[in-house]
Amino acid sequence: MSVFEQKPAGGIAPETDRADVAKRLGADAEAAVWYIGIGAILAFLYVPIGVLVAYSFNASRSLSWPMTGFTFDWYAKLAQNEQLIEATWNSLYVASFATALTLVIGVPAALALDQIDFPGKGVFRKLVLLPIALPGIITGISMLTMFRLFGFNLSLGTVIIGHATALLAVVVTQVYARLQRVPRSYAEASSDLGANGLQTLFLITLPNIRSAVIGAGLLSFTLSFDEIPVTFFLTGRDNTLPMYIWSTLRRGITPEINAVGALIVAASAILILISAVLLRDRSSAR
Amino acid sequence: MTEIVRIENLSKHFGDVVGVDQLSLSIRAGEFVTLLGPSGCGKSTLLRMIGGFEEPTQGRIRLDGQDVTHLPPNKRAVNMVFQDYALFPHMTVGRNVGYGLRVAGVPKAEIEARAREALTLVGLAEKYDARPHEMSGGQRQRVALARALVRQPKVLLLDEPLSALDANLREAMQVELRHLHQKVGLTFIMVTHDQNEALAMADRVLVMRDGRVVQDGTPEDLYDRPASPYVAGFVGTTNLFPSAVVDGRIDCFGQQLALPEGLAGRKNGLFGFRPEKARLLQPARKGGSNVISGSVEEVIYHGGAARIVVQLGQGSILVDLQNRKLNGRASLPGPGDILAVEIEPDAIMAFNAEAAE
Repeated sequence: MSVFEQKPAGGIAPETDRADVAKRLGADAEAAVWYIGIGAILAFLYVPIGVLVAYSFNASRSLSWPMTGFTFDWYAKLAQNEQLIEATWNSLYVASFATALTLVIGVPAALALDQIDFPGKGVFRKLVLLPIALPGIITGISMLTMFRLFGFNLSLGTVIIGHATALLAVVVTQVYARLQRVPRSYAEASSDLGANGLQTLFLITLPNIRSAVIGAGLLSFTLSFDEIPVTFFLTGRDNTLPMYIWSTLRRGITPEINAVGALIVAASAILILISAVLLRDRSSAR
Repeated sequence: MTEIVRIENLSKHFGDVVGVDQLSLSIRAGEFVTLLGPSGCGKSTLLRMIGGFEEPTQGRIRLDGQDVTHLPPNKRAVNMVFQDYALFPHMTVGRNVGYGLRVAGVPKAEIEARAREALTLVGLAEKYDARPHEMSGGQRQRVALARALVRQPKVLLLDEPLSALDANLREAMQVELRHLHQKVGLTFIMVTHDQNEALAMADRVLVMRDGRVVQDGTPEDLYDRPASPYVAGFVGTTNLFPSAVVDGRIDCFGQQLALPEGLAGRKNGLFGFRPEKARLLQPARKGGSNVISGSVEEVIYHGGAARIVVQLGQGSILVDLQNRKLNGRASLPGPGDILAVEIEPDAIMAFNAEAAE
């Protein structure tokens, strides 16, 4: 049997092949569009960060293309910049205490909203959540006025209070939303099995909202860490990191700033990893 | 037997809505009592008041002689199996079961021993270290049972415990729950809206309606001697028809039926009979004392039984044929066939006109 003889019998095959090819090409084209779209979104999000990190290792002082060489000089310079190091510590200090304070107030507030019926509860909830819609500048000015009125000296302490106030709504929203999803029967079963209110709180309720509390804490920390408007009004002589960067930017973008930025990106990545690890057993239990 | 639960004149109002209405009740130790009724009849509210999750508007609840009306759930020697089981997702099965002992300050070694014992009781000894989300619905149900039993309550409350299970598993669990009840000898109070479940499991069934108990009796009482058309209709299926009594005979949609001797003195009212009490007449036989006939409107085939809707002109009745007891017929009747059925006088139930509502 020769190749030619086979042709008529398989006459239809090339047709269907072509249709298949067309269909496949269509599918490929569709997939390609999707991938380009997804790629564009990711590029939009991450190219600026990539540029920042890349230029933090650039040998030249100017932000020009092509890059001239690889260096750790800027990081070395950072390590000697006392102002910047102090600002970083200040930021970590403020973010840690603001987060702790807002959690200490926010988690019980969310619990109260969820579990206790009291007169004016609806109004209380709206009032707690309102500051989330309030521009930081308003929070800053109003707190500044108040601190002045009561004769407080501006310091990192006032910044912490200001941040905690602004972040409270974030924590309450997140924790309250999670509490709403925890079945009522858990607390009832706990009580039924002989637990008192505190035992139910610590053994049942809090473990079931753990991930929301951790998530709210991390978010608060990040928001506090790079907060400028409220800090601007409430800080005394102490500078936080974003304030310091902002003030040095007036002299142009320096490679040191890029290096700081790259370090913050690295620190954020580590935080995200830590939270992922902390929340892992929880999410698999769901 | 001694009384373990005593409920006196108990009411619960939710705003204007009456959940439970001046209900009194006594439950003896070791009974398996079922609260049966449609949703909104107050059965769950009653159970939750016994558990301590709802505060009664008025009335008293006594548990083993002690007034517990206003005690919180953690101060009552009753335990509940929740409808959604309410297993704590962040704890292993063993720690779930041991929870009630842990919060009571029982030493660790004893907690584990008793938790393992309770899990063995429900046949899940090997699941001590499993997580609730790794288990099937039936297994979770049993963990919830073990957790409630580990504290050795005086009364075990079960809130629609089988409703989340699929049909096959539900039947198996009915049997298991009954065995468990016999094994532990505790008082069980179960809420259900499923009459089959109530009949199959309980020693005593309380049929509830609008916050009140409308009948309190054994499953046989309920089925064979329903106190009202409501119970007759809710527990099983009943052909109901209003009729005048003339010469000891009643009128079922235009056809005559004789009343049994015991009911001879009845006045006009509602009468009825169960669909399975009607027997298919042999095709050869004609007439008979208590025979009604009509044309088949519809046949609903259930495998073991078939339900036939028979049109009688002024109304229709249901006839259940069990196990193909066709009495000489070659096959099930089909729509349009003329069917004659015999109803034994003893099968006739009578209700007072005022009970008919």
